[in-house]
Amino acid sequence: MLKIVDLHVRVAGKEILKGLSLEIAAGQVHAIMGPNGAGKSTLGNVLAGREGYEVTTGTVEYQGRDLLALEPEERAAEGVFLAFQYPVEIPGVNNTYFLRAALNAQRKHRGEAELDSMQFLKKVREKLAVLHLKDELLHRAVNEGFSGGEKKRNEIFQLALLEPRLAILDETDSGLDIDALRMVADGVNAMRDPARAFLVVTHYQRLLDYIVPDVVHVLADGRIVESGDKSLALKLEEHGYAWIAGRHVPAHDGAGAGG
Amino acid sequence: MSALLESLLGERAAPAALAGVREAAIAALRERGLPGPRDEAWKYTSLRALEQRRYADGDCGARMRAIDVGFLPGPSAARLVFVNGIHREDLSEVGAVTGLDIERLGERPDELAAILRSAPPVDAFGELNAALALDGVRVRVAAGARIQAPVQIVHVGTPADGDVAWSLRVQVELGDGAQLRLIEHHVGSAPNANLGSIVAAYRLGARARLDLIQLQDGAEGAGLFRRSDAVLGSDAIFDLHTVEVGAQLARHDLVVALEGRGARLRSRGVFALRGRQHADTRLAVTHAARDTACDIAWRGVADQRSRGVFHGAITVAAGADGADAQLSNKNLLLSAQAEIDTQPVLEIHADEVKAAHGATVGQLDERALFYLRSRGLPLDLARRMLVAAFCGAVLDDLEPALRARVDALLAARLPQAEATP
Repeated sequence: MLKIVDLHVRVAGKEILKGLSLEIAAGQVHAIMGPNGAGKSTLGNVLAGREGYEVTTGTVEYQGRDLLALEPEERAAEGVFLAFQYPVEIPGVNNTYFLRAALNAQRKHRGEAELDSMQFLKKVREKLAVLHLKDELLHRAVNEGFSGGEKKRNEIFQLALLEPRLAILDETDSGLDIDALRMVADGVNAMRDPARAFLVVTHYQRLLDYIVPDVVHVLADGRIVESGDKSLALKLEEHGYAWIAGRHVPAHDGAGAGG
Repeated sequence: MSALLESLLGERAAPAALAGVREAAIAALRERGLPGPRDEAWKYTSLRALEQRRYADGDCGARMRAIDVGFLPGPSAARLVFVNGIHREDLSEVGAVTGLDIERLGERPDELAAILRSAPPVDAFGELNAALALDGVRVRVAAGARIQAPVQIVHVGTPADGDVAWSLRVQVELGDGAQLRLIEHHVGSAPNANLGSIVAAYRLGARARLDLIQLQDGAEGAGLFRRSDAVLGSDAIFDLHTVEVGAQLARHDLVVALEGRGARLRSRGVFALRGRQHADTRLAVTHAARDTACDIAWRGVADQRSRGVFHGAITVAAGADGADAQLSNKNLLLSAQAEIDTQPVLEIHADEVKAAHGATVGQLDERALFYLRSRGLPLDLARRMLVAAFCGAVLDDLEPALRARVDALLAARLPQAEATP
């Protein structure tokens, strides 16, 4: 579904991703772990099409198409969803209105019939029930005045409603207490499907107790330096990221590595 | 003298009752001339192009012109329609409402003259208005009367035979304890290059309440110069909503005197401009008595090559202790060629005063824009959604039907797909 080859990305003139390669098949859950500053959020942002992320080399193929050639809204309509690390507050834009406009814009792009307000509300109620969310959130402005946990839950609610094919969760666990974390994980697990892939970006192993990944990657200094099954996350938890750094001595500092 | 004044200040036929006041206004205007670039009040609005224009004095065909205008929906106590400054009986509806008295000033030149004399012009456009006004309306609400349905005054601008200048006068008087909702709707029936001038005076007695909604959706290409002048008695409430989206060159002087103790002004306003529109709003509020309050929140949006000007001045006079003055003006620039000049001015001569003012000019929040797009909203829709939300923040308490109309007006002016970021 997603194939990233040798991706180099600069942000504000500084190279953040330095040759990242990654392949995700439909139905899989991949986790990306890594220390702060490794480029985890950059990966999510560049896949979603945020401005200011300059791809210098490399390719990203999504369902056989060049993902990087698409506008952010086209990527969304083609099924790419980014759950933001810091969801944006948008005063004055009603959450329900926003979600219906977004869903209908995607449907229109795909040549599907738009949903009227009754059809939309029916869908909303189904998803709310699955996620145990209060419908009060719907009547407020997008993320405005939401607590950190509410914002993250709203992201997962959007994920459930928009039903993307590739969902990227950018540190969705950060700032969540254990109950909220479980709820987010339940929401994601309910969405797991042979036709859908997840890329879960996280700093801590904790989330992966609830969303069990098929593959775990370690991202360090702009590259995937280690991949493995879920046990890799546990090793990281045990030994810390220094363990990875010790095993992958950067090339320019190779004096002691030859022996 | 400028071509503009030359074209307008010649001999004319007018009712005898108006002769004296008109002559005085013409003499004053000849003496004064139009304001120039060194005039502080016209710093951001150049009249150089306007000065070169010539207009016929009034539209003598205004009573006959077919117009195509959507009036505001909903019930009203009265609807008065003026086309190019002339009252149109065929389009107006005035029923009998207890406590509400509506007089057409075109039929009462003596009354019009008395009104013109009662408030001598303070600037060139006031003089021009006094020199040219032949029609208008006086709305009076008897003391204690509460008029439920709104009164609508509709100013329609429409093409005439050549470019015309039209003027009219609006006088609104609320007796003690009276209440009125008034909607002023400026609308264009078709693009034209006419020059309109409206001077409106509002007199609120003690404890009176006026809810005024001004929707300026003037004709594309037109010039529109307005002065809204309010004087509030003690404990009177003036609740004002102003929307400025129309006309090519619009200037609005909004002057409020809080003369009675406890008088309060609440002003909410939005301007949204595009193309080469220029709109200049000059708000001047004077706290002249104790415990008076004003709460002013305006938002402005300028796209393409348009220019918005907002000057918000609050003066607290000596002795007006206990005054509470709040002014905020936030603006959005949607294109690199657009310009907004905002100037909040606070002048305080009293000791115990609570006052705050602030103004900002910024651009659309890129993070919010990306968030919306990342959910599938096309760029132009995302931009429109954010701009509508920005404007809507000061329109929350408009009643739903009117709010829907205002939203539609704003939507029609908001950025299109081809707009440059």
